[in-house]
Amino acid sequence: MAWQTLTRPLRRHPVRPPDSGIARRRSIWERIHVDPWLLALLIVLMAGGLLVLYSASGQRIESVIAQAMRFGIALVVMVFLAQLSPTTFLRWAPFAYGIGVIMLLAVEIAGDIGMGAKRWLEIPGVIRFQPSEMMKLAVPLMVAAYLNQCQLPPRLRDIVVCAVIIGVPVVLTAIQPDLGTSLLVASAAVIVVLLAGLSWRLIGFVVALLSACVPLLWMNMHNYQRQRVLTFLDPESDPLGSGWNIIQSTTAIGSGGLWGKGWLDGTQSQLEFLPERHTDFIIAVLGEEFGLVGMLVLLALYLMIVGRGMWLAASSQDTFGRLFAGSIILTFFIYVFVNVGMVSGILPVVGVPLPLVSYGGTSSVTLLAGFGILMSIHAHRRLLPR
Amino acid sequence: MRQRRDTLKNSEQELRIFRVRALLAVLVVIVLACLLVGRLGYLQIVKHDIYTTRSEKNRVRVEPLPPNRGLIYDRNGVLLAENRPTYNLTLVRERVDDLDDTLALLVELLELPEEDIEAFNVRSRQRQRPFQPALLMSDLSEEQIARLAVNRHRLPGVEVEAQLLRYYPDSNVMAHTLGYVGRINAEELQHLDAGRYAGTHFIGKTGVERFYEEELHGEAGLRKVETNARGRVLRELGRTDPVPGQNLMLTIDKSLQTLAYELMDGRRGSIVAIAPATGEILAMVSTPGFDSNQFVTGIDVASYRGLQEDLDLPLFNRSIRGHYPPGSTIKPFLALAGLAEGVITPDSTINDPGYYQLPNDSRRYRNWLRWGHGRVDLERSLAVSNNTYYYTLAHDLGIDKLDERMSGFGFGQRVAHDVQGESSGLMPSREWKRERFNQAWYPGETLSVGIGQGYWQVTPLQLASATATLANRGHWVKPRLALQIGDEPVPHDLPGTLDDIHLENDAWWDRVFSGMEKVISGSEGTARRTGVGLEYRMGGKSGTAQVFSLGQDQRYNAEELAERLRDHALFMAFAPIEDPQIAVSVIVENAGGGSTHAAHLARAMTDAWLLKDDAPEADEIREVLEEDNANVEGN
Repeated sequence: MAWQTLTRPLRRHPVRPPDSGIARRRSIWERIHVDPWLLALLIVLMAGGLLVLYSASGQRIESVIAQAMRFGIALVVMVFLAQLSPTTFLRWAPFAYGIGVIMLLAVEIAGDIGMGAKRWLEIPGVIRFQPSEMMKLAVPLMVAAYLNQCQLPPRLRDIVVCAVIIGVPVVLTAIQPDLGTSLLVASAAVIVVLLAGLSWRLIGFVVALLSACVPLLWMNMHNYQRQRVLTFLDPESDPLGSGWNIIQSTTAIGSGGLWGKGWLDGTQSQLEFLPERHTDFIIAVLGEEFGLVGMLVLLALYLMIVGRGMWLAASSQDTFGRLFAGSIILTFFIYVFVNVGMVSGILPVVGVPLPLVSYGGTSSVTLLAGFGILMSIHAHRRLLPR
Repeated sequence: MRQRRDTLKNSEQELRIFRVRALLAVLVVIVLACLLVGRLGYLQIVKHDIYTTRSEKNRVRVEPLPPNRGLIYDRNGVLLAENRPTYNLTLVRERVDDLDDTLALLVELLELPEEDIEAFNVRSRQRQRPFQPALLMSDLSEEQIARLAVNRHRLPGVEVEAQLLRYYPDSNVMAHTLGYVGRINAEELQHLDAGRYAGTHFIGKTGVERFYEEELHGEAGLRKVETNARGRVLRELGRTDPVPGQNLMLTIDKSLQTLAYELMDGRRGSIVAIAPATGEILAMVSTPGFDSNQFVTGIDVASYRGLQEDLDLPLFNRSIRGHYPPGSTIKPFLALAGLAEGVITPDSTINDPGYYQLPNDSRRYRNWLRWGHGRVDLERSLAVSNNTYYYTLAHDLGIDKLDERMSGFGFGQRVAHDVQGESSGLMPSREWKRERFNQAWYPGETLSVGIGQGYWQVTPLQLASATATLANRGHWVKPRLALQIGDEPVPHDLPGTLDDIHLENDAWWDRVFSGMEKVISGSEGTARRTGVGLEYRMGGKSGTAQVFSLGQDQRYNAEELAERLRDHALFMAFAPIEDPQIAVSVIVENAGGGSTHAAHLARAMTDAWLLKDDAPEADEIREVLEEDNANVEGN
């Protein structure tokens, strides 16, 4: 089969025997279990993000400093997690998942109400926390851990168990309601199952089933969610209301042209026509001020990160590592695709920030935590028995 | 360790599955990335121009800069129409936290009636560009502005904006002649040059304001500004300054106009005064007047209905649209026509038995004095206002010549150069009657016309204009209101001026003037009471216009008739005879009691113009009038 031929080159790089590592002098990166390429790419991305953020925040250096500090914390979390062995994650997966589900239930009962949706859990004066954010990692971790002990490709029984593992937190998140996050949590977990070798027939069946569920989903949507979808289909129908965002963001991107209007010179961004310009719609600022060239550089950066990440995942030795690492990295791309797609008007507006560029702390920490686990999986492979 | 064995057993297969799936995933990632790149290329390359335009439209706002309307002065430079800064209340909905609360607070602060909340609601909810202010209320008082300023912090999104608003300092006196500006209505909007009127909310509706709209308006300028999404202007990108409208200097003399208004003392009627040599309209008053300032900001329904339903018709401009039978005031013109056509000579006489009879007709056309004036020549016919003389003259002249000659004095046509909405009056003729009633002209009708009754109708302006032409010995000058437009004086010889009237013998003018002088100064003159203490030579002619036509052989008592059915008192005059400076027509509706009332007013006007500061004040004239009325009633 053709794909078998395609996969062959991958096999030419067999996993290095554990003893060879001992013979070779370990580099500083290997000692701190950090992948230098991935780290370099992430830092370039974050630096670029800060540059755009300075412009998008209306040239408020305070925002840039605050964001940089969050990045710092996120990097520390990443490096810390990279030190832990994958078996630790494997062992802790059920606990993380369990605690997450309990917290989601707590949110449902006692959560803070914001934007018509209960998303935050707060111990007043101590911490404000969004459990659904944690589930973005915990659910795929749990599914990967479960599938790790099964024979792959998964049998129907395993798939049903996975569906339950995924379903509970996704439903809990969806009823908050936070459809965006619940879909992202679901997709991160489903990717694990797909990578594990879910049969194509079953995939076809589920896709058909989901299409059938669309009207049902529509009927259970909140008004603002429906409005978003309608506006996506025809933004001009309500140009001053909910269509405003998408009209202004496409205008910003389109008016940027090939080379852009120049840093800090984007009129859509600087004159506040662009809504949420430093959070979800930050890519429009980049598009306006740096043009198509800037956008292509950013997309290239993301693709290199995805490429490096997939490489690391593929070279992982065990199923758990491979599945989880693959899921982390593909979910990362989904974020990018959904955000850019929404801002450029090919996807409905869902609240998905642009990874490591949009202003905001929680998502950066979650993302870099994921990358930390990815690095751990990669860096600790020799410590696992063959 | 079953689990580990399974893993070992299947690790090759699992790795293979993963790598296939991962490769597929990478392919999907590449496809999706291409999709994004395609979309971005479409937006940024293909549609770049469209979005650039859109973005510019967002950012750049072209604001019209309306020109300041030209000011209007009287002939001495007294301001008649000015632009005053007023303050409007506006609201930007996007900046208001709670609209209902804000509106309620505004109503409370401005001490407005509760009903205004509804009006505010409607105005504030009008759909418009985001961050565009909606006009809630215009012309705020000083106190309201102060209250708003103090409570500014409680009213985010509420602004007080300055705007220039037309203001007429003497609105009642000048209302009809000057006219007023009002908000541009939908119909006017269709005919206006949108560019010239961008940013302008007002347009001349009547009078001078309407006639000289073009000159007064000026040219709109514009400025391009960069605004942010909140509508705040950040900087100016370019501007074209507006060209202000031209100032207008009118021929009106404000003090003479005011005197005329005060002389009317609230009665219905009109006074028009013209400088014969130049055609300059010195005063043109129609009473009752109204406050034209009400119409600038928009008059409320109740006040407007009040004005419309007022029996005195304050909105009606009598000076140029009021149709009055001229009565005996046209006798000097008929005398001139008779002289010109050779029907009479200055010395020919008739014998007046108190009536006139057409040949083969038993109907008697009566003189106003039942027993007749006896022998009457030209000058006496004017002095005593003999009807029989003019029945004879009109009959001998015939309607065709009469119509032709009277048209030469401007009757039956619009005479002025720049008076908006002037009516042509009505000069009857054979053709007119055939067209109007499809009837032949009867000789008896010529007799009615001969004493200024019947179908003949004149406007006060026409009468004044004809008087000025007469005072000029037939030289026509078009009456006009504009003395100077900008820095340009308006010339005397305007297009469309009627031909001068020539008499065979220039001395005949003097004979007619002499007759007119006797009206005031002669012992038999109908207005002899007016001539007491006259310091210059003045010619005039009284007239009484019947409001109510009387049947044959019917006498009437003015007091028996309701006030509104009493005769109109008319008077036309000019002075001084040797070098006429002013020609006046006065019409006092339903004044009754002959034409004395009107004659006094005419004298007061000529006194004021010729004697300036030595002339009696309006109060003194009123006292004279009261005394006089008492005498008439005593008789």
